[in-house]
Formats: sequence, C-alpha cells, structure tokens
Amino acid sequence: MRIPIETFHLDNGLLVTLSEDRTAPIVAVNLWYHVGSANERTGRTGFAHLFEHMLFQGSANVTANEHMELIQRAGGTMNGSTWLERTNYYETLPSNQLALALWLEADRMGRLLPAMTQEKLDTQRDVVKNERRWSVDNQPYGTMLEKLQELVFPADHPFQHSLIGSMEDLSAASLEDVAGFFATFYTPDNAVLSIAGDVDRAEARCLVEGYFGSIPRGKGKPPLAPMALPPVFGARRRDIVEDEVSLPRIFLTFRSPVFGSDAYYAASVCSAILGMRRGSRLHRSLIRERQVAADAAAFTFDLAKGTDLFVVDVTARPETGVTRLEDEVEREIDELYRDGVSELEVKRALALIETDLVNAMQSAGERADRLSMFATFFREPELVNVQADHYRAVTSHRVNDFIAERLGEDNRATLLYVPRAGQGTEGVLAEAASEA
Amino acid sequence: MMDVITKPDPGPSREYHFPSFDEETLPGGTRLVVAAAPKLPIITILVVFDAGAAEDPAGKEGIARLTARALSEGTSKWDGAELAEKFEQMGTSLDTGADWDSAIARVTVLPGNLAAALTLLGEVLADPAFPEREVERLKSERIAELLQLETEPRGLADERFPAFLYRESSRYARSQGGSAESVRSLTRSEIDAFYRSRYTAGRTTVIVAGDVKKADVRTLVTPLATALPRGSVARLHAADIPAPASRAIHLITKDGAPQSEIRVGHAGLPRKHPDFFPVLVMNAILGGLFGSRINLNLREKHGYTYGASSSYDWRRGAGPFEISTAVQSDVTAAALREIFAEVERMRSEEVTLEELSLATSYLEGVFPIRFETTSAIASALANLIIYDLPRSYYDEYRKEISRVTAATVLKAARDHIHPEELQTVIVGDTGQIREGLTSVGAGNISVAPAK
Repeated sequence: MRIPIETFHLDNGLLVTLSEDRTAPIVAVNLWYHVGSANERTGRTGFAHLFEHMLFQGSANVTANEHMELIQRAGGTMNGSTWLERTNYYETLPSNQLALALWLEADRMGRLLPAMTQEKLDTQRDVVKNERRWSVDNQPYGTMLEKLQELVFPADHPFQHSLIGSMEDLSAASLEDVAGFFATFYTPDNAVLSIAGDVDRAEARCLVEGYFGSIPRGKGKPPLAPMALPPVFGARRRDIVEDEVSLPRIFLTFRSPVFGSDAYYAASVCSAILGMRRGSRLHRSLIRERQVAADAAAFTFDLAKGTDLFVVDVTARPETGVTRLEDEVEREIDELYRDGVSELEVKRALALIETDLVNAMQSAGERADRLSMFATFFREPELVNVQADHYRAVTSHRVNDFIAERLGEDNRATLLYVPRAGQGTEGVLAEAASEA
Repeated sequence: MMDVITKPDPGPSREYHFPSFDEETLPGGTRLVVAAAPKLPIITILVVFDAGAAEDPAGKEGIARLTARALSEGTSKWDGAELAEKFEQMGTSLDTGADWDSAIARVTVLPGNLAAALTLLGEVLADPAFPEREVERLKSERIAELLQLETEPRGLADERFPAFLYRESSRYARSQGGSAESVRSLTRSEIDAFYRSRYTAGRTTVIVAGDVKKADVRTLVTPLATALPRGSVARLHAADIPAPASRAIHLITKDGAPQSEIRVGHAGLPRKHPDFFPVLVMNAILGGLFGSRINLNLREKHGYTYGASSSYDWRRGAGPFEISTAVQSDVTAAALREIFAEVERMRSEEVTLEELSLATSYLEGVFPIRFETTSAIASALANLIIYDLPRSYYDEYRKEISRVTAATVLKAARDHIHPEELQTVIVGDTGQIREGLTSVGAGNISVAPAK
C-alpha cells in the first residue's frame, strides 16, 4: 500500500505535503512546528506547551477561542499537542472548508502577537496548571515522564527537563516570553504543513501560497545544546519513587537507536516481540504463565535526535512484591539478551506492525500527521511509504544485533514506583491471597 | 493578492452517504451485515452477541465481562497462548469484551488473512473451553484493577457515582465489571452456562466492513454461524430504576489531593427515547462541545480546570446523565456553584440561535469524519442492531439534527434534566473542601473513605 504524496516549498521556507484521497469529503490539515520542550530556556520549563495553549487564544483576525468555534461550526475536529521535539496543530473537517483551516493556521502563524494579552496568558496558565494537576500530580504514575527524563538524560541535555513544566516556571512565564518564542520558532521555515484527503492539488497549492506565502521567513533558531549521547549508559541507573499508587510498577529503560535509523526498526520490532499484544513475551510469561504481572508492555519513545529510549513497562499483581517484580522483569531481559529472538517471533511482530500501518492510514488526520512527522525530522515525507519496507527488511539477525548492543547490563535504567508506606492494601491483598 | 484578513466562505459541499450495507439472516438465525468500504486493503470483523452486563444475575455482577474476556483463552483444540500466537501471526489480535448491552469479538485483518481469521474466529466462538486456570487468572486481574482504582481519582469517581443514581437492586447501580466479592464467586461452570444461554445463533450478529465482496463473506461466515449454540433465554429485570433521591453531595476522601474530581448527574434516558435528537443537541450546548457552556465557563472564563463536559451514557435502559470535571481543590465549591447555575440556565431560557447552530452544524458536519475506519463503520452498524434502530438511521441522522430547534432544546432540558435530583460525587481532600460546599446548595453532605 502506498499513498500518493506531492511535496513543495514556498519561498519563505514552508515545506508543504499533499496526499489526495477522494473517498469521502473529508480533509485533514496538519502543521508541525519543529520546536518542543527541548527548546525551552532555563527557568521556563513547560513554556512550549503553555505556548501551544496560547495559539488557541486568537490572532490578528481571530478572537479568543474563535478558532475552535469556527472549526466546530464547520463540522470539524481539532487539537494540538506538544512533545520534546515538536509541537503540532491539526484539524479534520469537511473538504469544502479547507480554506477556513488554512486561513486560521496562517493567521496565527503570521499574526499571533496582536491578540496576546496578560489576561489570556493568566487564564491559560491556570488551565495548564490544572492540566498538570490532572495528568501528573493527581494521577497514579503521573510523574513517570518527568522522573524518567531526569533519570536517563544528563543535567544539561535538552530532553532532561519536564515537558509540562514546574508550577514555579509556569508562574514565571511572561508576555515577553510569548513574543520571543513566537518570533524565534513559529516561522514558516521552521514548520511543515500537510494536507490529506479530498483535495484538488492545484487548488490546495493556490490556497497555501495565498495564505502562507506572505509570512516572512524566520531569523533562524538558536542551536540546541549537544544532543549526542553514548549508545549505552555505561552503568546501572536506578530511581525509586514512593507514590500514591496501589501496585508497584517498573519502567526498565534502555538507550536505543534514534527514530528513523536502520537500527531503530530493529529496536521497534524488538519492542513488539517483547511487549505488543497478548502473544508477546512479557504477556505470555509474566501475565499468563507466571502470573506475577497485571500489565506488561514495551515501546520506544521514537525520539529522532540524541538517543531514543526503549522502555519495558510492567505493573505488578497485588501479591507480587517490589523485589519479585524487578527480578522477574530483569530475568526476562537477561533471557532475551542471552538467547535472542527467533525468526517466528519477528514474523509475528512484523505482521502486527503491517496491519497497524494500513489501519492508521485510513484516517486523514493520521495520514497528515505522519507526513508532517517525516517531513519535519528528515525533510522526506515519502518515508511514510518506505516505512513498511524498512520494517520488512528487519530479520532476527538484526534484532539480535540490537539486543547484543543495547540490552546488556551496562544500559539499564530502572524507574520503580512503589506504594507509599501505609497505603493499606492489606484488605485486598488478603482477599487476593485467599484466592490462591 | 489574496485576502488574508477575511474569513473565507466554504466551497460547494460534496455529498456524503454512510456506506451501504446488506443484511440477511443465515440458517440457524445468526444475522450477517456486510458493508463494502474498499478505501484501503483492510477489513474489520465484528461479532456482536446479545450478552451484555445489564443482564448479569444479582450477586454475579461481572460475569458478562469475564465470559467475553475468557472466550479467547482457549478452545478444545488450542490453549490461550496458542490462539494469541495464531491470530497475531495473521497480523491481528482477537479483542473480546462486554459493555452494558452487548458482548463483542473483533479482529481487523488485511484481505489475505480474512479466510484464515474467520475460520479461527469460528472455532473460538463455537468451542470455547474456559480453562479453569485462565478463568481464575482473569478474576485475579479484575481484583487488581479494583485495587488500582482506589488510588486513581478519575476511575474512583466513575466507579462510585452510579450507586447514587440507581436503586440498589438495579444492575446499573453496580460496577459493570463486578465487585471483588461478586467476581470472586464466579465459577467456570457458571461462565460456561452463561455462554451457552447467551452466545446463541439467534442472539448473534456478524458484521464485516471494509475491502470485501458480499458473496465471499457469506460463504466464509456461514460455517461460523451454524456452529454457535442454539437456544434462547428470556430477558431479565430492568437495570435502570432510579434511586428516589433529592440533591446530595457524596465526598470520597483523598487526603492532600491537589484537585477534586467531580461528577454531577442523575439517571438519564434510554437510547431509543423519542427525544434522543433534541437531547443530543441540548447536551452538546450544555457540555458536549469544547465551546459548550460548562467548558467555556469553567475552563476559559475561570481557569478552574483543564476541561469540563457533560454526557449521556446511552444504553438500552436509562444510563447516567453526568457532568464531569476535575478542578483545583481550592475552587471546588465555586466550580460546583457554576455547574449548578449552568444546569438551571439550560432549563430557564432558550439557547441562542448562535449556540444552536454551533451544535447542529458541528454534529451534521462531523458525521462523515466519524466513519473513516472499517472499525468505526462496523461499530456504527453494531449500534443499529444493539439498539434496534431503523435501517435508515444513518441516512436520516443529519436531517434529524437539523430539525432540532431552540424550543425543542428547551423542552428537552425541562423534561429531562432534574436539578432537584442531582447527585454530586467528589473525590478530593475532604478536610480542605467540605466547609465551602455547605453553602453551595447542592444538598446534604456525606463522607466516605476511598476504600
């Protein structure tokens, strides 16, 4: 399966990708800005994400929240998200409303600042603080991302600090910060625009040129601190977090080849062998056979710079103690490190991955987002179509090379969540014990 | 030069039709529904059984869900691990589960694997072994899940809320997955009996959506359909009798919580209610959309929360109507006051034409976007079966939405929202929030621990 892709640049540096699909009168518009929490300066953790909220607060020709209202009134859906390396904004809407989405995106890319006020910033700061309380502070294991970043990246590394940000840094963010961030990062030459679905390509191109063509190119962005890291940690790392949780949970983490590299695909297949669905090693062994885990998964972060992370995520059953949990997971990895994987396991993983790739391409929004991703990280949206070939080229031999290089004892970081003392799980524990 | 200042007008709209589908009854009574949707080479098979949790016998809550989950844990020929391996070698996995009104089994496959997947699926559905060891494991996993909820404020609020809306004898008052006590009591033979009485040919519909030909599907599905158990079982008790109640606040204590998880509501309406469309639009305006009154008020005006919404949980019986949010602890009372004010406002005056058109044009416009995937198309077809909706339902949907007026929205709010009955559940720091709540007028306050 290959999707059609057309790519062009505007003079101001905006990279545009189009993928036509006339099956239904739906179109997806998707913008990736190549800026994320990695680009934040000291003392401003969480700013990239707070800024994402400000992009819904209006621009020169759009009032606060009008963006959302106009898209919904047009029968569309929209959102945005912030990650370590990028921020994206997207709409899916009836295809006769393409111009509306482009106009809205262009107005905030070109003319955001006239609409920014202290009051809007204060309100969104409160909203984001509540997002932090909701998704991090008042959520079991909610601090996982922050704690993991701190554990696996060195202090001065761009991926080391919190994405959602500290309350203190969020409080310190000012309108000057908004203006500075906008001028530096929200420029056409630091963005990719993808359009997927029911479009006439010539007409779409004309609209894109008309709305985005006059936005001036940026002045370049400051370089990030060095990202490159050795392939392995070199020594064991370990952090134990006492938290308001019922069950112990381990995130055993390895440095892994960056997203998009040949070795990345072997790592990705390895994560599927270990932790994707019920036929995976961890599920079979820890959940089904030994019954020590309630949940088990493995995944890669898909970071394109510095190093990727390969994470094994296992939650204990109530009767499994912390030490046992850790031992069982380590044993699984040791076994994998010692014996490697079989061709049959690779086949299972590849079959699942292939179906997932086709499944995802059904949605215009997903298509556009993946085009933007490959265009942002590699300037090559065509990688969407080549991705399946990269996976198919993975053999057990290549997975075993990855394992030999990356899953040894010199590359393990353990982030362990344990129930806070006096959590009082005795009742259910007794109940669970009476089962045995 | 293009006008970049003025909002552009939409172009001419292109027509959209929900995918056409064929329905027939196979020998033995199983229904087959096939929708050809050949956008990409992919197919979803969704088997729907009239075997939902609403009919769990008293004291055996959780049996519908456990039976559905245990289906894929082995047949007389294969054990659970072998089944998982076989499906996954075909690039798919068998998902099974139950909600209130149905149990389902679903696989999504590339066309080359369709025949093999249907054959294996047939074996699973007609010949499940329910191995003792796997049943016991699934029971333990449910108990672990309940334990996790004790420290998960959102889940805890959702789990506790229904007990205050329905009479204790009503199935809806209790957790869909069952309590530790009810789940512990389930036996392998009860599960087998539940399966034999409810996963019968006459209570089963096979839905196939995607890159398929109708004739091929019929040949492939017939063996599966004829192998299912025969027989029937009478529908049980009503699951949705509301608790006779006046306003009350039920606090569930989580000391030191930085936010209060709030649920406000009462028993709602059954899915097949004649006022479904006015209620759908009314709810969109109240709390269903980002631009709804409750979200704009609590999030964008006050910054109390990351999000606030209202919803109807549509079931065969009257599922909950509920307003849901999480606010920072020190504004709990203020937020609750705003929620009650918005509920009152919904019943006291007509919505503006702006609000009405936002909701209706959103619901009409977003309609095609809801059916981009084979899985979504199959689920939509399943809803026709589960809720006994007319065949033309999706063709008429947008017309029905466009017929809703400000007057019918007001009538829907007045007829179906009952402020005097609203039950409030708050998972939060009781010590910090209790006193402020006394003046909100949301009813008497009671306090319970998290476990």
